[in-house]
Amino acid sequence: MATFRIKRFNPEKQPEPYFEEFQLDIPDGATLLDCMNQIKWTLDGSLSYRMSCRSAICGSCAVKSNGHALLACQRQAEHLVDNNDTITLEPLGNMKPVKDLVVDFTPFWDKVNKIKPYLEPKEEPPVKERRQSQEEFLVIDDASTCIMCGACYSDCNTLEVDDNFLGPAALAKAQRFVGDSRDSKTLQRVQDLSEPGGIWDCTHCAECVERCPKPARPFDRIKEIMTVALEEGVHNNNGARHALSFTNSVKRSGNLNENRIPVESMGIFNIPGLLSLIPVGLRMLLKGKVPPILHHSIEEVRDVKRIFKELDQ
Amino acid sequence: MIQHDVVIVGAGLAGMRCALEACKELDVAVLTKVYPSRSHSGAAQGGIAASLGNSEPDSWEEHMFDTVKGGDFLNDQDAVEEYVKAAPRIIYELEHMGCVFSRTPEGKIAQRSFGGHSKPRACFSADRTGHAILHALHEQLMKNSRSVKIYNEWYMHSLVIDGDQCNGVIVSNIQTGEVEVIRAKAVVFCTGGYGRVFKITSNAFASTADGVMAAFEVGIPLEDPEFVQFHPSGLYRQGILFSEAARGEGAYLLNDKGERFMETYAPSRMELAPRDIVARAEQSEMDAGRGINGEDCIHLDLRHLGEARIMERLPQIRQLAIDFLGIDCVTDPLPIQPTAHYSMGGIPVDNNCHVILDSEGTKMHGFFAAGECACVSVHGGNRLGTNSLLDAVVFGERAGKSVLEYARGRDFGNVNEGQEKARVLEKFEDIFQREGSESYNQIRDEMKEIMMSHCGVFRDEQRLKTCIETLKGLQERFKKGKVTDKGKLFNTEIYEIMELGNMLGMAVIIATAALERRESRGGHYRTDFPKRDDKKFLYHSMVYDSPDGLVIKTKPVVITKYQPAERTY
Ligand SMILES: Cc1cc2nc3c(=O)[nH]c(=O)nc-3n(C[C@H](O)[C@H](O)[C@H](O)COP(=O)(O)OP(=O)(O)OC[C@H]3O[C@@H](n4cnc5c(N)ncnc54)[C@H](O)[C@@H]3O)c2cc1C
Ligand code: SF4
Ligand code: SF4
Ligand code: FES
Repeated sequence: MATFRIKRFNPEKQPEPYFEEFQLDIPDGATLLDCMNQIKWTLDGSLSYRMSCRSAICGSCAVKSNGHALLACQRQAEHLVDNNDTITLEPLGNMKPVKDLVVDFTPFWDKVNKIKPYLEPKEEPPVKERRQSQEEFLVIDDASTCIMCGACYSDCNTLEVDDNFLGPAALAKAQRFVGDSRDSKTLQRVQDLSEPGGIWDCTHCAECVERCPKPARPFDRIKEIMTVALEEGVHNNNGARHALSFTNSVKRSGNLNENRIPVESMGIFNIPGLLSLIPVGLRMLLKGKVPPILHHSIEEVRDVKRIFKELDQ
Repeated sequence: MIQHDVVIVGAGLAGMRCALEACKELDVAVLTKVYPSRSHSGAAQGGIAASLGNSEPDSWEEHMFDTVKGGDFLNDQDAVEEYVKAAPRIIYELEHMGCVFSRTPEGKIAQRSFGGHSKPRACFSADRTGHAILHALHEQLMKNSRSVKIYNEWYMHSLVIDGDQCNGVIVSNIQTGEVEVIRAKAVVFCTGGYGRVFKITSNAFASTADGVMAAFEVGIPLEDPEFVQFHPSGLYRQGILFSEAARGEGAYLLNDKGERFMETYAPSRMELAPRDIVARAEQSEMDAGRGINGEDCIHLDLRHLGEARIMERLPQIRQLAIDFLGIDCVTDPLPIQPTAHYSMGGIPVDNNCHVILDSEGTKMHGFFAAGECACVSVHGGNRLGTNSLLDAVVFGERAGKSVLEYARGRDFGNVNEGQEKARVLEKFEDIFQREGSESYNQIRDEMKEIMMSHCGVFRDEQRLKTCIETLKGLQERFKKGKVTDKGKLFNTEIYEIMELGNMLGMAVIIATAALERRESRGGHYRTDFPKRDDKKFLYHSMVYDSPDGLVIKTKPVVITKYQPAERTY
């Protein structure tokens, strides 16, 4: 018998959310969504959440399970129970709860809309298809697998402190066009994406890669956009400028061994250190290897907010 | 009262393609109960058919012949001809919009083989073709957001009808529970299929017959509802689809003895025979006790393809089996069983997607339908794989053009807002008032169970009669079930109950038409009438509502190029 601890919220009845526990025998081979349905259909019909395809392709059913966003239909429930035989379910983070596990996706979609999420072709199309090599297809293949589930958005560290950040999903979507051999607006796109709220505001925590249920892996896409931005000569912004001068100085002195950069020990309250995370990631990226730089969710949100303020000045 | 020139209900491939066309001149609303990108079209894995001839020479004539033969000659051939001719242009346009396709070495759109097609004509984007097209269309809608308003997570309840004229829809906002009337010069239904009436199905939770039943309730007949396609490779117990692309790439079907049993049923096409034939072969093996370990499943074996090819061509479906069954198809065969997959029947429309009321083609003015909820009929008794995404896009576009033509310069009809609203508010109130103790889950499960066992792959008179009786009992019990959530805010329970009401109605219609068709054709197989009978049954069924219950009339099949011949593979 497992315990499902579910965060309930219904502002029609009670302004504050609360946890409710349900006991359920997890049937053999049941996914988390199967269990949620079992609870809804046999224990409490008023439990609300979204679902549709139950095959990890529509992106409806993302929720937080034991603190991390995932697709409920994609996970075997058994694998999610913690040491106390419990699964804790909460709505996605960084979005306003509407009822129980349902959140308001409006800001999420607004940001997707902001990146001009459509092809801006180079010329009038030919009668038949435009040619695109399989290699060119592969550049946008991963980004195009995004199902807009919001799991990355929910757990993104920057979004916790900065509402203006476009967020991982919109940026992954942006790479799908930045990298498209058929698109004509590459330069314009990377310029726009280098504005505040764009690629340079990502703190490289790679949380979105951990959460993404598809090969879309937003942080990987963000790095690809950064590379294109620099290639296209978009240096005229703080993030990129700092990144470049750092790489240059590294190149000049030549003695900054990546293993010696004490990223983790730098601490998140060290502002210059925090800033240098950007170039570090970039340098590794240019070297073709990308270790996760700063992991683990940032708990002291308030302090981080303060840091961001100072960074803004 | 909300007002738009055109309201399109449904934002799958059909609905969005329609909107892109109609918004060129009109003020368009798209209303959908799930976000557009969550529509079921996104689940389509295998491909979309067109005779581009990118990997082997191909022609629309061959595409047409395969489609008609696959449909067991119940297709309307004039419609099929227009449809396969439009296919290449439609695909090129999707590419121009930015849709991501896998490519050939020369950079053309790649094409692969698919069951029932004599040439490799399935254009694809790895194994998520529907997803790629759905997102490409959604992108175009976002680009055109000035002329298209999307009502995300709104539910359509009913049509507003005045005589033979459709003037709008009655809807509610799922998030707030508010009921609204939308007045429109024309309404287009693109509400998808209704596979959810069966226990084992590949369809999403949203595929629940709302559109077809809303049409039926205002006196529109339903065409060929008895034709439901069972896909041969649903993951065991879950029904989730394991794409036919697997067989296209060369996977084997094996019974408990390890035999490639398709040799007995379709020696020339083997695993690539049309779905209905493969699904029946599987069911026969299972019924004869040759299922894996005697259970209701057989094996799909991909191991000989090798990891590299599986990873290149079928990465997503490999992952699917790992997540949902814990089995890796690189190292182990997968247990599969037939799963309810596609609804060939639906709302009858003419070749321009205008909804018709009878075999004479009398129109319901201002009401159009496209995609899986409609029956043109290009699929006849059985739809070939990759032909339905094509159906949704071709006829989605066409519905858009028709509606533009129709609504241009026309005035709005009269709508009595209060009265229309009251009808739906009563529906809500009626459900909220129920004080029963029986769970709707129980009723739903029983419906799905009986439809699967008595109206599934194999049917006969006795089983169908039992099925109909059982369903009628369930409809009675449905009137007094247990309602827990009486709130307005994102109340998913009440919508599930309304969907169940629609599905029960649809189930009776499917079973009744199946009982009447005393022959076997395409997806409809009667063990008591195992042969096709062109003399008596070469017609479309048209099921009407009447005070004395369901009435079935007929509509002739349009035959132009290909005379009905025996269908062998
Ligand atoms: C798993 C799977 C794989 C498939 N693979 C292929 C393939 O490879 N090739 C192929 O050609 N075909 C395939 N098909 C079939 C094909 O996907 C569908 O036939 C096609 O996508 C239907 O598109 P549609 O636009 O008609 O409907 P859908 O995409 O189902 O969209 C229906 C829309 O209607 C809306 N809606 C429904 N009811 C209401 C209501 N009451 N109020 C408001 N909105 C409502 C929904 O929100 C949704 O937006 C597959 C089907 C499945 C199930
Ligand atoms: S890597 Fe960047 S986008 Fe991804 S979660 Fe971290 S901060 Fe957000
Ligand atoms: S990038 Fe991944 S996690 Fe984010 S919305 Fe897309 S699929 Fe979901
Ligand atoms: S229900 Fe569609 S992704 Fe889970």
